[in-house]
Amino acid sequence: MPSAVGALSATATVITLWCVVGFLAMAFMAVAACVLCRLRDPLPIVSSPDVSSLANGAQPQHNGTPFIYGLCAFVSLLILAAALASLLSGAGGGEVVLPLGLPFVGAHFRIDSLAAFFLIVVNLGGFGASLYGIGYGRHEHEPARVLPFFPAFLAGMNLVVMAHDAFTFLFAWELMSLASWALVMAHHRQPGNARAGFVYLVMAVLGTLMLFLTFGLLAGTVGDYSFSAIRAHPVSTPLAGAVLGLALLGTGSKAGLVPLHVWLPLAHPAAPSHVSALMSGVMTKVAIYAFIRLVFDLLGPPDWWWGMPVMALGAATAVLGILYAMEETDLKGILAYSTIENIGVIFVGLGLALAFKANALPVAAALALTAGLFHIFNHALFKSVLFFGAGAVLTATGLRRLDLLGGLIHRLPVTAPLFLAACLAISALPPLNGFASEWLIFQSILLSPQLPQWGMKLLVPTVGALLALAAALAAACFVRVFGIVFLGRPRSAVASEAREVDRWSLGAMTGGVGLCLLAGILPGVFIDGMAPAVAALIGARMPPQTSLQWLSIVPVAESRSSYNGLLVFLFSALSAGLAAWAIRRFGSHVTRRAPVWDCGFPDPSPVTQYSAASFAQPIRRVFGGLVFGARERVEMPAPGDLAAAKISVTRHDFIWEGIYEPVTRMVLLAASVFDRTQALTIRHYLGFVFLALIGLLMVPALWS
Amino acid sequence: MVLIADLAVQGTEMLLVLCLAPLLTGFVRKVKAHLLRRRGPSLIQPYRDLLRLLRKEVVLADNASWLFCAIPYLIFAATWVAASLVPTFATGLLFSWSADLIAITALLGSARFFLALAGLDAGTSFGGIGASREMMVATLAEPAMLMIVFTLALLAGSTQLSNLAGFMLSPQIGLRVSLGLALVALLMVALAENGRIPIDNPATHLELTMVHEAMVLEYSGRHLALIELAASLKLLLTLSLIVCVFIPWGLSPAGSGVAERFIGIAVYLLKLVLGGFLLALFETSIAKMRVFRVPQFLGAALMLGLLGTLLLFVSRSL
Repeated sequence: MPSAVGALSATATVITLWCVVGFLAMAFMAVAACVLCRLRDPLPIVSSPDVSSLANGAQPQHNGTPFIYGLCAFVSLLILAAALASLLSGAGGGEVVLPLGLPFVGAHFRIDSLAAFFLIVVNLGGFGASLYGIGYGRHEHEPARVLPFFPAFLAGMNLVVMAHDAFTFLFAWELMSLASWALVMAHHRQPGNARAGFVYLVMAVLGTLMLFLTFGLLAGTVGDYSFSAIRAHPVSTPLAGAVLGLALLGTGSKAGLVPLHVWLPLAHPAAPSHVSALMSGVMTKVAIYAFIRLVFDLLGPPDWWWGMPVMALGAATAVLGILYAMEETDLKGILAYSTIENIGVIFVGLGLALAFKANALPVAAALALTAGLFHIFNHALFKSVLFFGAGAVLTATGLRRLDLLGGLIHRLPVTAPLFLAACLAISALPPLNGFASEWLIFQSILLSPQLPQWGMKLLVPTVGALLALAAALAAACFVRVFGIVFLGRPRSAVASEAREVDRWSLGAMTGGVGLCLLAGILPGVFIDGMAPAVAALIGARMPPQTSLQWLSIVPVAESRSSYNGLLVFLFSALSAGLAAWAIRRFGSHVTRRAPVWDCGFPDPSPVTQYSAASFAQPIRRVFGGLVFGARERVEMPAPGDLAAAKISVTRHDFIWEGIYEPVTRMVLLAASVFDRTQALTIRHYLGFVFLALIGLLMVPALWS
Repeated sequence: MVLIADLAVQGTEMLLVLCLAPLLTGFVRKVKAHLLRRRGPSLIQPYRDLLRLLRKEVVLADNASWLFCAIPYLIFAATWVAASLVPTFATGLLFSWSADLIAITALLGSARFFLALAGLDAGTSFGGIGASREMMVATLAEPAMLMIVFTLALLAGSTQLSNLAGFMLSPQIGLRVSLGLALVALLMVALAENGRIPIDNPATHLELTMVHEAMVLEYSGRHLALIELAASLKLLLTLSLIVCVFIPWGLSPAGSGVAERFIGIAVYLLKLVLGGFLLALFETSIAKMRVFRVPQFLGAALMLGLLGTLLLFVSRSL
């Protein structure tokens, strides 16, 4: 019954659209509520609201915060249900055209299986962030700067995924960018945040410009900007390459692909933590959605080399992102850099899928794309939990710097295990979900000797090695994060007096971790859920997994490889339980507390512990010289001199210094040159207008 | 009935690795002592040590958290599960398909993750030094291991160890460059994974040179016993992995009879004796290297693994 299925999809689209309207209404409601509150009791002007005001003891203000976040959570849940229904029913049709936007064109919306999958990711993240916000938002110093933009941001992301013509898409994209920019600037008086907002704005504008050009090329001279028209008229081969490049630049700048990542580690940490979770966990995924939509769907059949730049950039992004994270000492900054790493991993999966698709290897392409989509889903989950955890640390202590934290496992007994679980998941350790998706990516790399091109044969193994390196570095990075923040002894007085956060926040984190575990031990269910989206883009799907014995996953054939997260989990739990039982039964269970041993040289000062910088030092010695041009200088006082020894490290950010600084200089130079044209007489300006007119008239004359 | 027999074999395998692990450690120590013209402790000394530790009380650092007490069990569980997934004397065991070689590597990664956290928990400088160095070693050893897995998997067309061993027994295998590269890289990684000389010294008493021992400095009693047992298990696992892939003869295939199983066990013991002896011989003939030479050593392993994979991408016959 294709018509019934189409009708269902259209219903889902309509429901989702109403929900988006609901989000926008909430944004206006929040504005009204904030204005009313402000009228009732004007806020005292706070000269410098620093982070510490977030800590316990700051006066919480309500302004209807729980109400707005609660509504957001409810609406997200509605869209989630609609998207799930639409994905599972495998609906494809159902376009809704609204008389909005450009005249005679209208706004096209459609939820196909790919859009449904991404709607699930967006609204799962949105639901979690809203739930978390109910608790976390109470500590917000200026809720009027956050509340109106939060629902607008959610609306923007949902609209991007649903849009089915270029104008609506770009409009929604800009709504998403602007709303998130406003959220980044929520705490604009904190040092660094204004710069973060500015860099973000510049990069967002650049990205949108690239997307404008992309759609321009895609629509061609026909000038029909609806996606169905673009799909019907694929662009010619040389132009398609240009579109791929532009799409990579446009979506990559939002997703955080190296070297367009510079804004991400500045902007994501600057926003309030639940917004950071949305930006890192969800907005980057919306950018990847745009890439998939453009390249897999609208651009027509791929050329063999398309996978190469995607894969190479992805691998470079993965390794560089996690190496940056190793060097960072700000908790939220580390999480932002680790997002860059995961984006790289996802792009490797997408690049492989492109390469397989171009070489008519649909089964392998389906595997690679499934791996990429699964990692998108997984990363949205665990990165949200990690940012929620960082927010909990921020609420409890008011601190983000690793070197001031420590020992929080004693003070935050619920947050700590949840954060640990998310760390395990993001480090790709079994039996959690990060491992399941990375395992699938490795399996698809193992299928790639089938690719006939020499470039691929040389690139793919290297990419595989870089991916393995990134995974190992991620484990080191998250040992560092958890070990420095939650273990050891407190490095500051605030950290030793932290208090556990509220139940809403803990609930949001618990839900996320529960889903991480579920996706880790039952990956087959999730893989089967994604199958319609993969089938729509590739024309093939992975073999059905849920019907397999013991719920294991078998990507290609059982003789090749299989993995059973459930059994690994059960066996590990059983062995640990058995060991505990045996020891309790046969061994001693006496425990005595005593001062720490430390080879007989314990020092009560907490600064004698390993710090974030000292933990990263061996890895910097290995990779830093090459990647950051890092140099260590040790100043040892002469024998007999009682001065302290000093160590100093110099690092370079080659991407910033090599690309962005020259560009900035050129822009400034150009500005100073064009500055002269600012004070000419009216005759000169009339002359310019005339010349511009002539130039424009020449274009059609030369074109035809 | 078949299921019960399969379960019995799987159970035997799990018990066998658990019981053999301390013996292997004791054997390597004994051989090393003999090579140094000492008499050395008895072969069963590791068992005695474990029992002694189990009976002793745990002395817990004042600020140690609940995680510190849970970690020994987690490490033991992850290592034991990984060890029971490697075919020791038989292939095609009941649960052998539940995790492939990549998953086994990742399980060992989980154990290492927890161990490094344990090193940081007490908030001491030695624990930190051990944890940070261990993770530095891991950042090179793990990708090297994965590249070796890739090389083997590309050759055999499978990441399942049972199928891998089966392929190695088949006539399709010949002398291949990539296999040689993988073997050399695997030996290098195995030394690093188990903290053996020249990467780390399991018998060291000099704090500044310790990696593994520095992380477990604060452990005592039953916790230490579990960690020691896990370390022994890991050594056994690595050795089993090497012999299962590179000397697969004598492995009893799925569905074979009791006699074949016993032959399999006997052959396996023989291989372990050989492997343990070679390890002891190697360790006595080489000095420990400085910590910051380790990245070069493991970088070489990574490059060898990558080269092996690249060769196979170029041609299946290399």
